[in-house]
Amino acid sequence: MTPKAAIGGNTRPEIDVRRELYRSMLRTRRVEEAIVDRYTEQEMRCPVHICIGQEAPPTGISAHLQKQDHVYSAHRSHGHYLAKGGDMPAMIAEIYGKSDGCAVGKGGSQHLIDLDAGFICSAPILASTISVGVGDAWAARRRGEDRVIVIYFGDGSTEEGAFHEALNFAGVNKLPIVFVCENNLYSVHTSLETRQPENQTVRRLGPPNGMESFDGDGNDVEAVWRLADYAVNKARNGGGPTLLEFHTYRWMEHCGPLDDTHLGYRSAEELESWKARCPVDTYRDRLIQDGSVDQAWLESEEETLHKEIEAAFTAAQNSPFPEAEELFRHVYPE
Amino acid sequence: MTREIKYFEALREAQAQCLESDRDVVVMGLGVPGPTGVFGTTKNLIDDYGPDRVLDMPSSENAMTGMLLGASSNGMRPIMVHMRVDFAVLSMEPLVNQAAKWHYMYGGKMRAPLTVRMIIGQGWGQGPQHSQALQAWFAHIPGLKVIMPTTAHDAKGMLISAVRDDAPVISIEHRWLYGVSGAVPEEMYETPIGKARIMRPGKDVTIVAASYASLLALRAAEMLADAGIDAEVLDLRTITPLDRESIVASVRKTGRLVVADTGTAEFGISAEIVCAAVEGASESLKSAPRRVGLPSVPTPTSPALSEHFYPRAIHIAEAAAATLGAKLQFTEPETGKWHDVPDPSFTGPY
Repeated sequence: MTPKAAIGGNTRPEIDVRRELYRSMLRTRRVEEAIVDRYTEQEMRCPVHICIGQEAPPTGISAHLQKQDHVYSAHRSHGHYLAKGGDMPAMIAEIYGKSDGCAVGKGGSQHLIDLDAGFICSAPILASTISVGVGDAWAARRRGEDRVIVIYFGDGSTEEGAFHEALNFAGVNKLPIVFVCENNLYSVHTSLETRQPENQTVRRLGPPNGMESFDGDGNDVEAVWRLADYAVNKARNGGGPTLLEFHTYRWMEHCGPLDDTHLGYRSAEELESWKARCPVDTYRDRLIQDGSVDQAWLESEEETLHKEIEAAFTAAQNSPFPEAEELFRHVYPE
Repeated sequence: MTREIKYFEALREAQAQCLESDRDVVVMGLGVPGPTGVFGTTKNLIDDYGPDRVLDMPSSENAMTGMLLGASSNGMRPIMVHMRVDFAVLSMEPLVNQAAKWHYMYGGKMRAPLTVRMIIGQGWGQGPQHSQALQAWFAHIPGLKVIMPTTAHDAKGMLISAVRDDAPVISIEHRWLYGVSGAVPEEMYETPIGKARIMRPGKDVTIVAASYASLLALRAAEMLADAGIDAEVLDLRTITPLDRESIVASVRKTGRLVVADTGTAEFGISAEIVCAAVEGASESLKSAPRRVGLPSVPTPTSPALSEHFYPRAIHIAEAAAATLGAKLQFTEPETGKWHDVPDPSFTGPY
């Protein structure tokens, strides 16, 4: 699978942008690894969908987003949240079910929110947040508010009726949206071939719904960055929605911190072939090779990240649980 | 100034005044700007408020509900309209999984001031998929508010309250109320959500009802009065949040309870109301509560079958008399050949 970026040729970002792309991917990777390391302690008592292996799409997209732009996500949301600037300690505290969590412990990993950062919501019912993001874009235009909406989903969501309904409406109304499909080939344990016609792409679904679509290598952050440059700016300039499909792969089990190749639905060889194309490590090597970074910079970044992440976990573990009264708060707005 | 208008006109007036007073209000649904305007309730609103605010939509109830949820949490106050409750079934996912939980599951940070109107069909062959009264479904979901106004006055005031409410509100309107007139003030006003109202005070038996069943309950109360039984009719107006206090207060006064509902009796709202009375006023209950609702069968289309499917005022009156230990037979006023219309002037199709 070597999809060519259809837009932007081989344009590369400036060096400071390359460093930021790497830093952002590495940060998501290290946060996810820290969750993986501690998850078996049974203290983070909610489902987590680890995005290791899929760091490039949200990183390349968010590089073109502004603070007022809004992001909608699904269940594998940590990378989307972090790349948009979501408060990391609040995310960790939320996964621990603590009062300092971004949703006061009522949402957990599957319902992250950071309105200040423009990360609006995430939810695990397939395709469910897609139409909500479409409504955000619709409201923004009506109210004269200037923002681009990015909606992330997986390949499974494209089989839901609500996905097609939402794309149709966005196409009819030429709304400022970038639809981003992270195609990781599996819906839980069910392969794409079982679920969709063979030799098809998700991007095929753009034109019938009135929008351009492109696909690209979801493990190459600069390929993502180039397509996102086109799609985000097009949306910002009134050019309407775009459907982007990125081919990528999750390394861990669907839900949880472990390798799951023993289940037999995918092979260890397949997993290893994707690990060999690790989005973080391959980009690091490329940046070293082209002189964008050196070993000292890399070590310094690792050190900074390590401190930030350790501090977030310590704060989350020290944060009190919500009081029992919190159970009955916020059923209805006051 | 107050004057007599019909229920459907009151709904139209409420929406017109909401559109007039708040730029963030829009009305959307299949046929909303169309020539018949959802049984008149949205007719010609487009002339005054334009196609950007009085909107048709693709046949996509699921995503359009999610879309309006997203619009509502980004500053708008949309009203969505379904010509039948049955079509809203296609939108249960965004209503139940998302809108209802929006405020709670994001720790109070999100609001979903979305109003969804849906209409219960009855009679004239509405049949299995044009007649469902699913108030119990929606009432079962924490986070949703469910209103079922009975009078033209409440239809207007409660719809305005719903639009101004920051929670998602499901407004269930019975089609047989649309032609009923009532006194309605011209100005904009709110009728509070969550408050039941005594439609007819009485001392012998409480009849708790909602929507069209409240009108049947009033007719039953007249029949009971002729038999010397003084029934109190409590019109719920709101299903959730349920006004338990008013139910308990009335049952404490009368000591007897009948619940009448337009929905299926089994696992319906009547069960919850009986439970509220038992939990809150068991010491006052002089007899076992009874309920009047639909049998657990899909709605039949033929008038010959629907005649036996829908309860009428006499059935409520019989149930009320039974709570007093009286086995009474009541006679209905002559309604013409057919039972499948609200009154003889009603003609199909619809």
